[in-house]
Amino acid sequence: GAMALGAPAMAQEDGALRPNSFEEISSYCNYYEFGTGKGDPSANAHRLTTEPWSVTIDGMVDRPGDYALEDILSQMTIEDRLYRFRCVEAWSMVVPWNGFELADLLELAGVQSGARYAAFETVYRPEEMPGVRRPVLDWPYVEGLRLDEALNPLTIMATGIYGKPLPNQNGAPLRLVVPWKYGFKSIKSVVRITLTDKQPPTAWNKANAREYGFYSNVNPEVDHPRWSQATEREIGGGLFAKRKPTLMFNGYEDEVAALYDGMDLKANF
Amino acid sequence: MLVDGLNRAARRVPTWVVYLALALPAPWFFWLGLTGGLGVEPIKALEHEYGELALKLLIAGLCVTPLRRFAGVNLLKFRRAIGLMAFFYVSAHLLVWLVLDVQLLGQIWADIVKRPYITVGMAAFVLMIPLAATSTNRSIRALGARWRKLHRLTYMVALLGALHFVMLVKGFQLEPLVYMGLVIGLLALRAIPKGRPLRQPVTS
Repeated sequence: GAMALGAPAMAQEDGALRPNSFEEISSYCNYYEFGTGKGDPSANAHRLTTEPWSVTIDGMVDRPGDYALEDILSQMTIEDRLYRFRCVEAWSMVVPWNGFELADLLELAGVQSGARYAAFETVYRPEEMPGVRRPVLDWPYVEGLRLDEALNPLTIMATGIYGKPLPNQNGAPLRLVVPWKYGFKSIKSVVRITLTDKQPPTAWNKANAREYGFYSNVNPEVDHPRWSQATEREIGGGLFAKRKPTLMFNGYEDEVAALYDGMDLKANF
Repeated sequence: MLVDGLNRAARRVPTWVVYLALALPAPWFFWLGLTGGLGVEPIKALEHEYGELALKLLIAGLCVTPLRRFAGVNLLKFRRAIGLMAFFYVSAHLLVWLVLDVQLLGQIWADIVKRPYITVGMAAFVLMIPLAATSTNRSIRALGARWRKLHRLTYMVALLGALHFVMLVKGFQLEPLVYMGLVIGLLALRAIPKGRPLRQPVTS
């Protein structure tokens, strides 16, 4: 596919973003299906079979069905997207994703006019995922976006980082990336996308609705009940890394703030 | 046989050996943090290592009395070392949080009062201060029966420490609940009436 660098999403006042190393990105992960420790996914995710892979696209679409990943990829343009990645736990990275816009995939299936939300589901394979033996979350992991969020050009389905196939611990072979939302919204190893007219349930919201809202937009002014979201620590700074201020919408205010015009972001956290 | 062997060994080991052995992980983990051995986010990792060690030592300290009463193993001479080293690791945990993690002094107080899991953790630390301060032989003599009463605060400290861990994790996780279970179990053993000891205590 064509490599397109320099999308508006990458512009930043204080100069170019510096990506974290492949090693950093692939060794420090939250993927609770493989364990709750940050190193568990990189230790255990090799067990996940990612070939063959298909994504079921159903619900309010014109062409519902199982879409084989290779068929999807043959019709998509893979681009480079250098995005900030802000975890709800107040750490952050900069990731050079490779992927395609979710809007293009949804166009393949033909979104019907009544659809208002997209719901996503992670693969659930107890025989390959040691973490799902424990009820840390209500498996399978599910996520959701409002349709306009899903169709925003910043929203991508990632297939790789650094031009290499996505490591399993980062959500191979296909994951959502929504750079202006906390990382848990960017659901990994997606096997189902359902278009619907109702706001879909989301995994962390089901586990703790007080702490994790449906929107979960990065917002330095709305704290997590257990910690401040005003600052973040960039991964890779070592033992004496300084915190830095968190940006509204993770620095993508120009691109996405209009999606939430007139909304109370404190109530819709 | 095993019990007598353990007791003989315990009598031979000087307490400074225990202090030293329990102190070594502190610089070791710090070194690992400096050199990449704790992964790419060493601050949280170091904070967690110190905190978990503190909790383990609190639990070890709670084991001393039941071990003597129910198994006849006498490790009483090490209990002060275990308790003081628990305080040392709680202090190290707190320092990593203050200096390396939160960094902003203004935010620290806000965190303590606004975030229940931090309030609980701080309460445990504060309750340990009088215990550490009265850990000398002189205090034990001076306080007499009141010393024993005061040092029952350890029970509360261990409960609060385990609760702090339970409250801070995301989702339903087993590990902190195991710690909490151990603390509750060890405290429950103390509620067993002292009428007939299950085994005669070995001379200490």
